[in-house]
Amino acid sequence: MSEAFVEIQGLRKYFNVGKNRVLKAVNDISFTIAKGETLGLVGESGCGKSTAGRTITRLYEPTSGRVSLSGVDVTKLSKSQLKAYRRRMQMIFQDPYASLNPRMTILDIIGEALDIHGLAPSRAHRKRRVEELLELVGLNAEHASRYPHEFSGGQRQRIGITRALAVEPEFIVCDEPISALDVSIQAQIINLLIDLQKRMGFTYLFIAHDLSMVKYMSDRVAVMYLGKIVELARSEDLYDRPHHPYTKALLSAIPVPDPDLEERKERIVLSGDLPSPVNPPSGCPFRTRCPIATGRCAEEEPAFREVRPGQWASCHYA
Amino acid sequence: MRTMLEVNDLSVSFDVYGGEVQAVRGVSFSVKEGEAVAIVGESGSGKSVTAQTIMRLISTPPGRIKQGSVRFDGQELLSLPEKEMQRVRGNQIGMIFQDPMTSLNPTMTIGMQIMEGLMKHQKMSRSDAKKRAIELLTMVGIPNPESRISQYPHHFSGGMRQRAMIAIALSCNPALLIADEPTTALDVTIQAQILRLMKNLQKQTGTSIILITHDLGIVADMCDRVIVMYAGQIIETGTKREIFRNPQHPYTKGLLKSLPRLDQSKNEPLVPIHGTPPDLIQPPQGCGFCSRCDYAMRICQTEVPEFTRLSDTQQVRCWLQQSQGGIRGGKGASA
Repeated sequence: MSEAFVEIQGLRKYFNVGKNRVLKAVNDISFTIAKGETLGLVGESGCGKSTAGRTITRLYEPTSGRVSLSGVDVTKLSKSQLKAYRRRMQMIFQDPYASLNPRMTILDIIGEALDIHGLAPSRAHRKRRVEELLELVGLNAEHASRYPHEFSGGQRQRIGITRALAVEPEFIVCDEPISALDVSIQAQIINLLIDLQKRMGFTYLFIAHDLSMVKYMSDRVAVMYLGKIVELARSEDLYDRPHHPYTKALLSAIPVPDPDLEERKERIVLSGDLPSPVNPPSGCPFRTRCPIATGRCAEEEPAFREVRPGQWASCHYA
Repeated sequence: MRTMLEVNDLSVSFDVYGGEVQAVRGVSFSVKEGEAVAIVGESGSGKSVTAQTIMRLISTPPGRIKQGSVRFDGQELLSLPEKEMQRVRGNQIGMIFQDPMTSLNPTMTIGMQIMEGLMKHQKMSRSDAKKRAIELLTMVGIPNPESRISQYPHHFSGGMRQRAMIAIALSCNPALLIADEPTTALDVTIQAQILRLMKNLQKQTGTSIILITHDLGIVADMCDRVIVMYAGQIIETGTKREIFRNPQHPYTKGLLKSLPRLDQSKNEPLVPIHGTPPDLIQPPQGCGFCSRCDYAMRICQTEVPEFTRLSDTQQVRCWLQQSQGGIRGGKGASA
């Protein structure tokens, strides 16, 4: 499981925001994901994690960099070649209310994916396949004739997952798949994703801001800040021994549902807000909020280096 | 300690096209002076409607307060004329809303929004109110308050807007602060800043707090006592320790088990609560949770259980507890 199945190298996505200003949403990120692995991507809103997910699946055209799926550079593919690759990589979206067409039945929403890739030889076959898929994610076959508004948030997210599964992908980008759901429903969806992965061997990029869910879900975790990856490690290592000061602050900021742990905990409270990605600080992007920043941090951008075997961080003092 | 707020048998409904949504169904609780009480529950459980009813912010119609009373410092609020209610709002009870992006007036400067309440309720002069507004912004940790005071909400980031909201809510030293999901729209590092701020302010001013949230982590951090709501009813109350260490209602237990612990591995599956909450247009005849409950018995479907007292502070509304009294057999209370 050690060789790279998905390989991201020097990926950048810049947006033009007028007046010759450029927003560097994703600014030179690199990582790999092995087959069957789950890589968690965490960070606060505006750090570029969703843009990264969308650029990897080429919903956005990358500004530069390479995204390869089992050795083939996806960013170089023509439109028709890309379609074939879309069968291999799919996406599950954050908002189960906005990502399903309200005027289509569930049969057509899922069937459309089969049609586009020519996976259903006949109407009867198409219907049977949709019903099979619905049962796979814990919905009823009879649900196929209904419309999205007849379902709750958790059920809609299951439909979004079914649509991604329909084309039998290998790699799935999950962009905050549970953040719009109630706590008691979140666990249902997480268990479903893990169960599907065990049965079908999916590779996941799991994007979220809920650190305890990411830790639970992922084999390795990458932490993003202002368009860059600041730390990447196996999930236990990251949570047990965070090296980057931002990771430390992020971990200490999560309130734990345990009154005794909460009382004992020393919380690192960062001052200030996230700087604007249009005008990021010089040197280290985190230095304006970092409790241990020095003059060197303003002048020199820290390299992303291996601080312990398998644990990478970009901080001069990590 | 004095009781600041006493809510008794409150029921609130909304008349909508499909029928009557019974959002709050017979809720009773009290908040003592200086106490921080959390109301937890998922969306649609009635926690926000309860808070808005206390402040009389429910628009009628479609809303309708069907029964009950809300006494604040001995005074009944539900029958108060609107004019007098305005004196209570902002002055004696402050409120922080969930969404800092939409709950400030975009056409007024931040300073003016803080000064408005001070001039109206405390009859301060314009210059005194301005001085106090600068003090308040300093207190909630906004840098350069002197220049920030003349800026508009769109100049502020999300965290700063929420700080400004807190400054407004605290401007008249309210005896009770209601915070409705105050940090849900914010990132964790900003959330940590806001929670620390609220905690410090409570220590300094001795305000009572009602904190409405779905995040049990925040409850563990901030509150003394917890009220758990489900399908418009209170199903369990207790001190923070009782609720986290010894929850008795199957819903409370389920909620705590469905969260991953930081030391939990992927091979230990989460224990979700199956199913979805009931439709409150046709609320269940019996216990609201019974269709999702693993221990549901026949009686659960037909009759709403009364509260069982487990200690001076912990109460639970579940038939499993009542059966311990003897007549209705069946075990499972210890599960």
